Amino acid sequence: MALFLDGDLWFSFKHSPTAVLAAIIATVCIVCAVFANWIAPHNPFDLATLDLIDSRLPPAWLEGGSTKYLLGTDDQGRDILSALMYGSRISLLVGLASVALSVLIGVGLGLLSGFVGGSIDAFIMRVCDVMLSFPSILVALLIDGIGRALFPNAHDTLAFSVLVFAIALTGWVQYARTVRGSTMVERNKEYVQAARVIGVASWRVMFRHVLPNVLGPVLVLATIQIAGAIITEATLSFLGVGVPPTSPSLGTLIRIGQDFLFSGEWWITIFPGAMLVLIALSVNLLGDWLRDALNPRLR
Amino acid sequence: MLAFIIRRLVQAVIVMLTVAFIAFMLFQYVGDPVTNLLGQDATPEQRAQLRADLGLDAPFPIQFARFVGNAVRGEFGLSLRQGRTVSSLIVERFPATVELAMVAAVIALAAGIPMGVYAALRRGRFGSQLLMMVSLLGVSLPTFLIGILLILFFAVVLNILPSFGRGETVALGSWTTGWLTVDGWRHLVLPAITLSVFQLALIMRLVRAEMLEVLRTDYIKFARARGITDRSVYFGHALKNTLVPVITITGLQLGALIAFAIITETVFQWPGMGLLFIQAVQFADIPVMAAYLCLIALIFVLINLFVDLLYFAVDPRLRVERPAAAH
Repeated sequence: MALFLDGDLWFSFKHSPTAVLAAIIATVCIVCAVFANWIAPHNPFDLATLDLIDSRLPPAWLEGGSTKYLLGTDDQGRDILSALMYGSRISLLVGLASVALSVLIGVGLGLLSGFVGGSIDAFIMRVCDVMLSFPSILVALLIDGIGRALFPNAHDTLAFSVLVFAIALTGWVQYARTVRGSTMVERNKEYVQAARVIGVASWRVMFRHVLPNVLGPVLVLATIQIAGAIITEATLSFLGVGVPPTSPSLGTLIRIGQDFLFSGEWWITIFPGAMLVLIALSVNLLGDWLRDALNPRLR
Repeated sequence: MLAFIIRRLVQAVIVMLTVAFIAFMLFQYVGDPVTNLLGQDATPEQRAQLRADLGLDAPFPIQFARFVGNAVRGEFGLSLRQGRTVSSLIVERFPATVELAMVAAVIALAAGIPMGVYAALRRGRFGSQLLMMVSLLGVSLPTFLIGILLILFFAVVLNILPSFGRGETVALGSWTTGWLTVDGWRHLVLPAITLSVFQLALIMRLVRAEMLEVLRTDYIKFARARGITDRSVYFGHALKNTLVPVITITGLQLGALIAFAIITETVFQWPGMGLLFIQAVQFADIPVMAAYLCLIALIFVLINLFVDLLYFAVDPRLRVERPAAAH
């Protein structure tokens, strides 16, 4: 930890007000989401505490609002603020899980592609080309659709896995390409040749020697991709093919709220939307800062 | 050049075959068509009979060849949910999506290019900084939120524009158009703007970056030294040279527009192909999904091909016979 605090990264972080602000916002969002069980003022899924008399209340500062529900309530009397916290938890969970999975797939295939080369490399790269020529949302929708067709009566956990899988399978291409590029550079360096000469097995060279040296750009990419994955998840849930309705994410909340726009209850949909933008923007800004901070040419 | 075109054509065919193969596998292994048609209670003999009638007992490559043959003629069978032929559903929905995407593309180009030029020429001034900030927001806001905000503002608060459906349409043969009625245009405004925002911001940022790049070159300095007016330098010399990447990105984004229309169509309940596809995904309607997939892939491949060919028209350097110029 002391090493980290003395390091370049911490120095550049302290001197970038945007990064500090983004980090604070992101941390607040994450803490709210992770500890939603304890800090949320109400439990939006506990039917016993819901009261239809409290439904569609405006935020506290508007006429008719109550300080009991700071950001108002939805059509079933659920507290919007609490629903936001629980919703961000699901959004963050799906976002992180799918990025982790796509890093795993992408780094693995990229390493294999760059290290082994030959026809395996050519095949993986052609697959990447085809995937990249279609917008990611389309690929995610397609995989999600296939998943739904394969398991028509999927229960909640399976529905989550299908969703995470769909987002992950659209994201791995960029990691694969980046890692393949750096692996091909590293492969010919002396330390790799030295390791080979002393008879280290090639899978060991691949994972123990090459892998740690190609992970830098992956870290940056992953940070930026988290924002992308959260937005993809929200979009899929908004389209009604994302998380199961029993555990609404931010996208689901926006979808539900859209029906109440015309009766004037804008807060049901606008607050989840603002939360989504806040999370995505702060994560994105952090990613931008990390990219610049890790780029030796910009120092 | 001929070799280049042939190579691109071969690539296009390979991509199409791959996509067709995925669609075929969907048909083959997701859901059993025999059970779908006969129900659970059919006898084994009936199932075998139907299997033979449908050609499902033929060897794999022959079935795939049949599938491709049918796909080329636009035959994807019956929609599982609506019981109508998939081709008739697509023909019905196609015009709505194309009209929406075309208007969005025109908005993105007509506003994006001048805004990009402005932001490049007035670099560092207040107006251009503001444009850049707004465009950053345009790139990072999810499409469906933009749509909801527009609905909230124009349809709910101001109540001046409709927020769902296509409005009044006119049928020209099998093509229904909303372009010929005032009501159709009023319904088109909000979805088209929603769909164009992302592309607009992208084109603007791209034109700005390219303009700044070109304005630094010697060729612009010489043009100025020869005493050519600013106007002619900016638009005749500089802008023209930024157009190659702009054409590429815009062309490729035209396909993305049709794909992103899925989201816009859901927000505005626009009766296009995107809405059809989303409903197909929700209900696991495989024939519709497969047909949409093949159609979108075809559009993407054609656009990519067209953009490649357009290079030759725009950039005379590529017409010189040079193997390295192919990329």
